[in-house]
Amino acid sequence: MIRSELIQKIADENPHLYQRDVERIVNSIFEEITDAMARGDRVELRGFGAFSVKQRDARTGRNPRTGESVAVEEKHVPFFKTGKLLRDRLNGKA
Amino acid sequence: MSDKTLTRMDLSEAVFREVGLSRNDSAQLVESVLAHMSDSLVKGEQVKISSFGTFSVREKAARVGRNPKTGQEVPINPRRVLTFRPSHLMKDRVAAGNKK
Repeated sequence: MIRSELIQKIADENPHLYQRDVERIVNSIFEEITDAMARGDRVELRGFGAFSVKQRDARTGRNPRTGESVAVEEKHVPFFKTGKLLRDRLNGKA
Repeated sequence: MSDKTLTRMDLSEAVFREVGLSRNDSAQLVESVLAHMSDSLVKGEQVKISSFGTFSVREKAARVGRNPKTGQEVPINPRRVLTFRPSHLMKDRVAAGNKK
């Protein structure tokens, strides 16, 4: 399923809403999650999962082609942990 | 970093601000979005949200695990796990936003 198919499903269920509003609604949800993580916040959606930010420490990397050492700065990466209910559903337990 | 935890309520609030539906309807829409995504994943489909990321389901084979405390062998059944791969845009925004 891609974003436009998700929007279509929501639009089909909500015939009283304009398609363009459904688009704005769906987009604002994903936008809010990304914004939160950009601030360093977590987003916890019980039953679905939690989005958080993990810190990767600075390290000395190596250019795999030349073998040369390069300093890699500390950075922050997005992380998602599946919620218990969804994990159970994936395995036919709920 | 502000280290807050957002919940469904904050997402509903964002929907409410965006289109001015009632708070109740906004909460319902957030729920529908999560439900459709979950249903699709449970069916084994990939969920690909452009400029956000991709959720995919991976099959894990059975293996023999070990209780780290007792050293006892325990069988681990084959199972399905969900992985999320953030888009480049999300990675860039998260990296930039948390930079010291």
